[in-house]
Amino acid sequence: MKKNTFTTIWKSNFTTYGIVLLFFAVMMILMATGNLSRLMRGQLVPICAYAIMAASLNLTVGVLGELSLGHAGFVSIGCFGGGLAAALLHDAGAGELVCLAGAVLAGVLLSTLAGFLIGLPVLRLNGDYLAIVTLACCQIIKSLLTNLFVGRDESGLHTGFLTQPEGVAADAFVIRGSQGLRNAAVIDNFPAAVVLLILCLIIIYNLIDSKSGRAIMALRDNKIAARSIGINITSYKMMAFVVSAAMAGAAGALFGLSQATVLPGKFDFNMSVLILVFVVLGGLGNIRGSVIAAALLTILPEKLRFLADYRMIIYAVVLIVVMLMRNSTVFHGLGEKIQGLLRRKKTAGSPPRDPDTDPAGKEG
Amino acid sequence: MDFLSNLVNGISLGSIYAVIALGYTMVYGIAKMLNFAHGDIIMVGAYVCFYAVYHFGLPGWAGVLLAMLLCLILGVAVERLAYRPLRRADSLAVLITAIGVSYFLENTAQLVFGANNVFFPNLFEAEPIRLFDGRLVISVVTLASIGICMAVMVILTLFIEKTKLGKAMRAVSEDKDAARLMGISVDRTISVTFAIGSALAALAGVLLCSAIPSLSPMTGSMPGIKAFTAAVFGGIGSIPGALLGGLLLGVIEVMGKAYISTQLSDAIVFLVLIIVLLVRPTGILGKKVQEKV
Amino acid sequence: MAARKTYEPTVMVSPPSDILIPERDLGEIPALECRHLGITFGGLHAVENFNLTVGKTEIAGLIGPNGAGKTTVFNLITKVYQPTTGTILLAGRDIAGMDTAAVNRAGIGRTFQNIRLFNNLTVEDNVKLGLHNSIRYRSFAGVLRLPSYWQEEKKAHERALELLSVFKMERMADLRAGGLPYGVQRRLEIIRALATEPRLLLLDEPAAGMNPSETEELMETIRRIRDEFRIAVLLIEHDMKLVMGICEGIAVMNFGKIIAKGTPDQIRNDPEVIEAYLGKNREE
Repeated sequence: MKKNTFTTIWKSNFTTYGIVLLFFAVMMILMATGNLSRLMRGQLVPICAYAIMAASLNLTVGVLGELSLGHAGFVSIGCFGGGLAAALLHDAGAGELVCLAGAVLAGVLLSTLAGFLIGLPVLRLNGDYLAIVTLACCQIIKSLLTNLFVGRDESGLHTGFLTQPEGVAADAFVIRGSQGLRNAAVIDNFPAAVVLLILCLIIIYNLIDSKSGRAIMALRDNKIAARSIGINITSYKMMAFVVSAAMAGAAGALFGLSQATVLPGKFDFNMSVLILVFVVLGGLGNIRGSVIAAALLTILPEKLRFLADYRMIIYAVVLIVVMLMRNSTVFHGLGEKIQGLLRRKKTAGSPPRDPDTDPAGKEG
Repeated sequence: MDFLSNLVNGISLGSIYAVIALGYTMVYGIAKMLNFAHGDIIMVGAYVCFYAVYHFGLPGWAGVLLAMLLCLILGVAVERLAYRPLRRADSLAVLITAIGVSYFLENTAQLVFGANNVFFPNLFEAEPIRLFDGRLVISVVTLASIGICMAVMVILTLFIEKTKLGKAMRAVSEDKDAARLMGISVDRTISVTFAIGSALAALAGVLLCSAIPSLSPMTGSMPGIKAFTAAVFGGIGSIPGALLGGLLLGVIEVMGKAYISTQLSDAIVFLVLIIVLLVRPTGILGKKVQEKV
Repeated sequence: MAARKTYEPTVMVSPPSDILIPERDLGEIPALECRHLGITFGGLHAVENFNLTVGKTEIAGLIGPNGAGKTTVFNLITKVYQPTTGTILLAGRDIAGMDTAAVNRAGIGRTFQNIRLFNNLTVEDNVKLGLHNSIRYRSFAGVLRLPSYWQEEKKAHERALELLSVFKMERMADLRAGGLPYGVQRRLEIIRALATEPRLLLLDEPAAGMNPSETEELMETIRRIRDEFRIAVLLIEHDMKLVMGICEGIAVMNFGKIIAKGTPDQIRNDPEVIEAYLGKNREE
């Protein structure tokens, strides 16, 4: 039985890794044969970044069970911090991969720090109050970044807050207030992005399927019971929140470097919501779902460009309709029937044990 | 005198936030949902009034009433079509749906009214009031915002305390199932809540746009978030809390702009919110709930 | 929160004056001692001057009409509520200043009146969560899948199955806890509490929702748990057959106070207890 349990988990995780690698292979082939549009080509790294953002947010929302509306804040910290690190490395003559690795590392460190500083006071709150406070934190981070100036030239690093530092040439700025981040070199490395995505997925999956992950899910299901069996609620809440923030930082660095410029205004409430939509549509607690939803919903709007002005309206309607369908009894009954059929195919006696199952028991 | 002038402006802005926050707080108190589309009702209301008055030549008061009426219908329709089917769903599904509605309203408005800012002429054409030898100038919009907010508060409090429907609303907010057993129609009560909240949002929209004075499809977004913050600030679900939260938020925002930094005024508002919630986790006037073991 | 008093750690056995500890436990430090325990909610004395001693291997019962404050006592002992007055000694050690999690680590396991399982996790994971503090590997070892992860998880898996076998539930290990029948959920909650290796097990209405034959079996199991794990059990229960059948000492509460203590026989015949349960007007 033991073996069986472990193999089920491994199988499930590897399916996800497999899907990512398959996506990678297909894209590489399309690229090699010249069948990938320039537009799609430019979306590949962002897709990986969004997938990491969604998977990491799922750790907070689906696994820990706390609603965060401020994920974009951590992404922006990673994006700007990473951009700065990459610029400095680039000046020092480092190669593309070193710049990218340095940026991701810097993004992770900064957003881990931010996650810790924000989480420490804020995680005492619950439910909707936590949601609004994370939203507030995201807005604050956005305001701060909008007023940050960092430039570098021969005489070193020049920083300014609220006011631009004097005597720095315009093109010496890496971060320039509301004009945002301007990258010294755009790094649009799809294979590296896939490696980072898989790395993040491994960390998330391994965390979930360990004593720490169990404790985090225990908090989600019943805090009082978790306390009664001696689990330190605060530290596990913190762990999930900080790991989630750290990966958002990595995704931010990855995303930021793939763009020529990034405005701080990009990382607002709507961005947080966009990531949350990936998570909810992919299924709470379902990491694979988050990744797939992130990829599809990033590609879809591009494919719908011909709809021009109607595009976002259709997106909104689809969002509402999917939510309504997910919760309507008719659809739900149908979903269960399909699940039942699938279940019957599996060997009898061992009920499916999937760490990815949606806690609400609903499939998107 | 600057201080006094800022204070009056802060209270005026706060009054508008308070009227919007009422919609959030009532819907939260009764339907237990975060209606993120509420901010966009403001924008719809402002557009209706704008077109009614400046394209069809209706008098100002008629424009406001028309905006309130249409938003009332819109609010009830949204509740009926998008939120009612989700009454038993998890709160996250409702939240995402509300966000979907918000996107829908914003983008439809963009399609219908265009994405650009339009100048929103002042509905209140009277001369501003000058006090202290003209050193303190208070515009009529400012006074109207404060006056209307106070009137709305009084009327709403009386409505909730005294009328049968108001009592039903309190009952539903306390315990939906018990209210149902007492013969109260929960669906109807929630509809009424949305109707009131949306009509007030339209009113707030006209006041807000008169004060800025401009209007775009995204006009409602940020004030919506701020009003929501105000509701949480005062204690979400509490009507006096919405008033207090709205006023405080408005004053903090204007004072922050005047004395600390224009660019950081939003950051200051949100920082104060965080601090308040850390000291009082359910807001200033919020009820403390203890989970039963 | 009011400043907590500091107490001298007490290791002395209090004289068994008004309490009944089974004779075999007399020479030992009691598993639990509550002295003048009390809590007020907004002026209302929910529990007042609660004194109780549970012997090291005793099965004790706490009974009383609904609303008498029994569950509140459990919540005080496990620090879900902070006591307003009094001292709680767990195996002679004062638990003042500990929170719920620390109290558990100090040796109190409990179940809940309204079952509190981790519904979306499997039966096995629920038990493994009980074992949480005895599983020794660090979080990063789990993420990196270091050898300590494999060894400890293997041990935890085996221990979980062993514990599940107490209630013959090994075959349910992979089922979702939330989908189990009510009675099975109650048993799983007991196993989860046992997994934390308590000295004292608090059971809040363990037989609620069970049929007579299940209750019979439960009584047997509680006795077996006491014998095998050598721990004390304090239980709240309305099923008098169970209480009278397995409890060695019984305390009866009404309106937040203990109104009687004694052996099952003494309690059965206590006029005050009969009055509390059946009302006053019987004599007329």
